[in-house]
Amino acid sequence: MSLNLGQIFKFAGGVHPPEHKVESTEQPIRTVPLPKTLVLPLRQHIGHIPKILVKVGDHVLKGQLLAEAHGHVSAAVHASTSGTITAIDEQVIPHPSGLPDLSITLQADGKDEWLKHAPLDYQNMERAELIRRIAESGIVGLGGATFPTHVKLRPDARHPVTTLILNGAECEPYITCDDLLMRERADEIIQGAAIMQRLLGSTECLIGLEDNKPQAVAAMNAAVAKANFNAKVVVVPTLYPSGDSRRLIALLTGKESPAKGRTTEIGVQCFNVATAQTLYRFIAHGETVVSRIVTITGNVARPGNYDALLGTSVRDLLQAAGGIRDNTDDYVMGGPMMGFSLPSVDVPMTKAMNCVIASTPSLFPLAPMEMPCIRCVACADACPVNLQPQELYWYSKSNNLEKADEYQLFDCIECGCCSYVCPSHIPLVQYYRYAKSETIAQDRAKQAADQARIRNEERLERIEREKQERAKKHAERTAKAETAGDDNEKKAAIEAAMARAKAQKETVIPQNTEAVSPTVAAEIASVDAARAKAAEKTE
Amino acid sequence: MTAALLVMIGLGLLLGLVLGVAALKFKVEGDPLIEQIDAILPQTQCGQCGYPGCKPYATAIAGGEADINQCPPGGEAGVKMLADLLGVEPKPLNAEHGVPKPKSVAVIDENTCIGCTLCIQACPVDAILGAAKQMHTIIAAECTGCELCLAPCPVDCITMEPLGEDIAHWKWRYPVVPLKVIPIQVAA
Ligand code: SF4
Ligand code: SF4
Ligand code: SF4
Ligand code: SF4
Repeated sequence: MSLNLGQIFKFAGGVHPPEHKVESTEQPIRTVPLPKTLVLPLRQHIGHIPKILVKVGDHVLKGQLLAEAHGHVSAAVHASTSGTITAIDEQVIPHPSGLPDLSITLQADGKDEWLKHAPLDYQNMERAELIRRIAESGIVGLGGATFPTHVKLRPDARHPVTTLILNGAECEPYITCDDLLMRERADEIIQGAAIMQRLLGSTECLIGLEDNKPQAVAAMNAAVAKANFNAKVVVVPTLYPSGDSRRLIALLTGKESPAKGRTTEIGVQCFNVATAQTLYRFIAHGETVVSRIVTITGNVARPGNYDALLGTSVRDLLQAAGGIRDNTDDYVMGGPMMGFSLPSVDVPMTKAMNCVIASTPSLFPLAPMEMPCIRCVACADACPVNLQPQELYWYSKSNNLEKADEYQLFDCIECGCCSYVCPSHIPLVQYYRYAKSETIAQDRAKQAADQARIRNEERLERIEREKQERAKKHAERTAKAETAGDDNEKKAAIEAAMARAKAQKETVIPQNTEAVSPTVAAEIASVDAARAKAAEKTE
Repeated sequence: MTAALLVMIGLGLLLGLVLGVAALKFKVEGDPLIEQIDAILPQTQCGQCGYPGCKPYATAIAGGEADINQCPPGGEAGVKMLADLLGVEPKPLNAEHGVPKPKSVAVIDENTCIGCTLCIQACPVDAILGAAKQMHTIIAAECTGCELCLAPCPVDCITMEPLGEDIAHWKWRYPVVPLKVIPIQVAA
């Protein structure tokens, strides 16, 4: 192991909110008992919604594919235990909107029986085939971003990756699931990193941790030494938001990621430590993503980290953590800086859920009244992206979306540093979120209007064309009638047409009149006779 | 003195010529003002403005024949954008032309539809699929919600369904001062 701890660079801004991490790190990771019902939303990742492969009534085994990745960026969903599919319908999911979304409900049979699975011989596998298999595994970024991992592991000839970064910074207050994972399963994380390194063809692996996790640092260092894998554990000072991937890349490499591009453009790819561990479980054991570790903390009896099956309801998670204590009035998913209030405790745990905080009015008091901006620019000093939050606020509040876009609204990572320091208690991030989604909606409306304009123009053109064609035909016909004039020609034409029709009638001989039974033959004869009579009458 | 005068006159003539040639050479097809106004209009093509579509209304505004507050689908925001473009004061929507409604799409009751094709002829954006005597369907993604197909239907089988919110189209709300709701005690 190299003793060089690596140079640490800096990023602008950042804040030091109270950490509240001790509460949930005193106990090892505990397992949540198997729940009776699990709800698996299809949208647990960024990208296209996967295609459902099962139907209501199907019996499935743990780890079985329920919905496969569909489209370029998408992720699969698996059964997290064995049981029966009882519904495929809309269920409320953990999302700030509180809206329902398509989900698969699974009734557990209590056996928790795995589908037959085997390790992947990844050393002797084609890279493309391996990526395809990882796409089937359902692995997404488990730090909360939930971007499908196989997409990030795909080789990109234009931007080769030289540096692999594992993100173990976990800078957000309260959340400790990565900390505990690194303490207890460091070996698996390192193995996962080795697989990633091989797939990406990178030459360097850096693992970034904040200096408030000494036990995790020790465990990771030990694992690196044991694995004989060339990785470097780099300890960075505790400063929110060092766990944001672009901030961590800047801290570890000194390189600035392009604001509108990908980090691979500077030769870096970054994964969360839990993602690496999950990849290892899939490659080395064939286990698809059926569970994750979640921090349950705040106003509960036994705060800590829990290994729970995906689809377990938050109610069951809180129960496993000893139940909520008095005065709990809200449940926050994620941390206090970037999280949001859950719409209900009956929502299922998804791949994105790294933390649930049972909150009380004293833990998260209601923000004081918003006061006018005094242009102190404390927010600009705190912004890790070097934005001008006070300008963004001004333009978002006044609905001047174009101007907000000019001030790089879409580069804002919604970290909340600006709101945290604002002496006027302005909920700045809420304004930015509003302005962003309004801009996106307006762009969509504009596209729809453009589409409608084109369709309307095409329709008007078509109507005009048809009108002209009709007019032309009409003109031709009247002209012809005038020149043709005499009745003889018309009569001749009609006669010719009749003759043609007659000839055709005669040449068409039914093909299925041979070898029929006598009764059918008699029927045919009578019908023919009737036809002949009818023909006589008309002639 | 005369030399200076001559130079100035010469320059004037030369630049005038350049301008004249440029005006001919770079002549734009169509009226750019109409295009700009049309770009703001929502393209619902509903005719509520009193013109047979957005482009005719744009033409009328550009010609000074119509006011800027006659398009209900565009809403107040649309009026404001038009006012900005034309450099006039925004004004409230003229209620004579209708009021803004939540965005909806038309839905055909497929059991009642008799396949008369009357709605197809009414739809300004060809959003209805079907042929004579066959059941018709509306392509929801293309429907602008103009309601023009409702009146012609002889069996009244078309209804407007407001577009509900889903996760993919959900928007963060404008921040409001958070208020705690205190439940009202109702006397028994
Ligand atoms: S910190 Fe708050 S008050 Fe100060 S400039 Fe920023 S928004 Fe305005
Ligand atoms: S929320 Fe956005 S504007 Fe505010 S500090 Fe973070 S990145 Fe900067
Ligand atoms: S009222 Fe209807 S037709 Fe007129 S401009 Fe508005 S959307 Fe277009
Ligand atoms: S389907 Fe009906 S409401 Fe929709 S655009 Fe066509 S005519 Fe208008």
